[in-house]
Amino acid sequence: MLSIVAMVVFGFNFGIDFKGGALTEIYYEGSVPEKSDIAPLLENLKFGSILIQPTRSNNSQGRPEQDRGTTGEDGYILKSRELSDTEHQTLLDTMSLGGKYSFTEANFNSIGPSVGRELTRKAVTSIILVSLAIILFIAYTFRKSSVPVSSWKYGIIAIVTLLHDVIIPVGIFVIISSVTGVEVDTLFVVAVLTILGLSVSDTIVIFDRIRENLRLNIENRVKENFSQTVGRSLEQSFVRSIATSTTVILVLLSLVFFGPVSTKYFALMLTAGMFFGTYSSIFLASPLLVWIEERQQLKK
Amino acid sequence: MATFFVVKSEYKLNSNFGEVSPFLQNHQFHLGLDLSGGSHLVYKADLSQVGDADGGDLMDALRDVIERRVNLFGVSEPIVQVQSGSFFSGGEERLIVDLPGVTDVEEATRMIGETPLLEFKTEAPEGTPQKATVDENGQVTIRIEDQFIATELTGRYLKHATLVFDPNTREPMVSLEFDDIGKELFAQITKENVGKIVAIYLDGEIISSPVVREEITAGEAVISGSMTPAEAKTLVGRLNSGSLPVPISLLSKQTIGATLGDEAVQAGIKAAIIGFILVALFLILWYRLPGLVSVLALCMFVVIVLAIFKLIPVTLTAAGIAGFIISMGLAVDANVLISERIKEEMRAGKSIKDAVGLGFDRAWFSIRDSNTSSIITAVILFWFGTSLIKGFALTLGIGVLISLFSAVSLTKLFLSLLANMKENKVTRFLFSSGITKI
Repeated sequence: MLSIVAMVVFGFNFGIDFKGGALTEIYYEGSVPEKSDIAPLLENLKFGSILIQPTRSNNSQGRPEQDRGTTGEDGYILKSRELSDTEHQTLLDTMSLGGKYSFTEANFNSIGPSVGRELTRKAVTSIILVSLAIILFIAYTFRKSSVPVSSWKYGIIAIVTLLHDVIIPVGIFVIISSVTGVEVDTLFVVAVLTILGLSVSDTIVIFDRIRENLRLNIENRVKENFSQTVGRSLEQSFVRSIATSTTVILVLLSLVFFGPVSTKYFALMLTAGMFFGTYSSIFLASPLLVWIEERQQLKK
Repeated sequence: MATFFVVKSEYKLNSNFGEVSPFLQNHQFHLGLDLSGGSHLVYKADLSQVGDADGGDLMDALRDVIERRVNLFGVSEPIVQVQSGSFFSGGEERLIVDLPGVTDVEEATRMIGETPLLEFKTEAPEGTPQKATVDENGQVTIRIEDQFIATELTGRYLKHATLVFDPNTREPMVSLEFDDIGKELFAQITKENVGKIVAIYLDGEIISSPVVREEITAGEAVISGSMTPAEAKTLVGRLNSGSLPVPISLLSKQTIGATLGDEAVQAGIKAAIIGFILVALFLILWYRLPGLVSVLALCMFVVIVLAIFKLIPVTLTAAGIAGFIISMGLAVDANVLISERIKEEMRAGKSIKDAVGLGFDRAWFSIRDSNTSSIITAVILFWFGTSLIKGFALTLGIGVLISLFSAVSLTKLFLSLLANMKENKVTRFLFSSGITKI
């Protein structure tokens, strides 16, 4: 719930991958010009509004004190509308303040709006398709355990759980992004898709245990409440769920702390996804299954 | 053996890299643009002028031309691919050009976009008003360009261009050979213009204005003029690479500096190693002997996957490495499931041997099902994703398949070998796990 509120309040901070636009990342070699000196010059270029963000390169710590900005940054990221080659060159000339400062350009992206639109369409389509395919797959593999709850309901519950697993980390991301200015980019889409995959596989493992216990009950002629079966299955797979997510989270945290800067927030989002994915298959998917079964009982 | 292959074929790990066999040299990791640095360009092809002609064929022709042009400039391993118009791209036909190592995007777009425009023009009929301009100093200039009119003959009908040298003056010349249509056009032009000038224009400038002596039916012409041999050679190369069949415009460009990519690779490797050690410690402490077996199986899993990445070869990007790490997580999951089940069966009072067999069989279904759902996800993403997502899906898919294999064969093999050990307190301790008492 909080996540949805956050999404509505802060909104998505879409990056140029989706919107189209240009991003220029430069690092100065000697001293760094003040942002207040650059801003009016950039305005004179008439390239529309340009967002200037100070940034730090990996070796900024080793630089002499006077060669760093007030907070230790040694470079800038400039975000603007998409730029042509000549406009890009003009921008670079401006950043050197007429040759007074020297810098290297680490990164330059200019993405047309139509490419951005395509990415959005593809991302949405693949998320929908993946969800549909998972419902079908679960309905198929669990076809034998359609008593007392029909197998396609397992599929739908898996998707509900999955939505929950995706919405929470996305909400967390939105909050982080409103504070740090991190943007929704292609890696964000990859993160959502990965959480989809991990969440489903976790839910499937628990459903599989329920399926097995249901079968054993029939074979051994044990009479047991559906909710008791589910409870017992949960107990049995509880340790495994925790163990698995601990290992995955260990890997992800090492990505957060030691990994490349570009995948930092990606890994952070996955960590959240993994955490809530584990908790939701235990505390959300299984109770939902029992709830559906009980409603069926009432109807009879 | 696989380890040997993975390590030996990596440049940085072998000081004597130059001496190892070419097979190994050819199997370094392929790093994506985001890791190796380079330019990624997306062009839109304008097919509106083409009419009913088959767009697919034209796009292939366009790709060939651009590929030749890029190769001419000696970029290593460029990728030029056509992306057909679909619902996703709003029906636009696109051309994607990846240039590893080229970080000067201006240079890159120039060398791709530059089209040598070769035209043949004839003298304007007499009586055509000459456009003279008088500037402020009273000087009169007559623009020579206006005295020629364009013909249908252009570089489009060129079959082949070669560099030749004038036998008398040793001056470099470019010899042109036309195709059938070009031959006819050229014959017609020369026939109608005997004794007159036929000017040859390159990129809008006169480079040669020979006088026609007689009708030429052989379909061959020579461009001569003051050129250095190097200039003539470049011109030949550009003429042979052909003109673009359809106009293109740049939609987006991305450049990644090589240093940024290098840092990302270093950090990625570091994170992967630390993550792996943490997981290994956790598994061994928690599951003891089966844990150790899992770690061994995982090591082999990692090596096999990396070897496959090299052999296919898979282009590694940041997203691709993420996919690989996720698949590693799933491989761990498979091992955890097996170990957990074995522990459970032992608690139920089974012998080690039975527990291993039963535990493995029981865990297999959940491993199969959860991995199948990951494979489905990977396949869909690979079909519909953009290049970045495709990289992720590919490494994830390969990783999951190998993880299934390693769980079925490696872990099972090791465990069943170990399960034949004599049963006593020590072995029972080794096979159980965590804080539980036996």
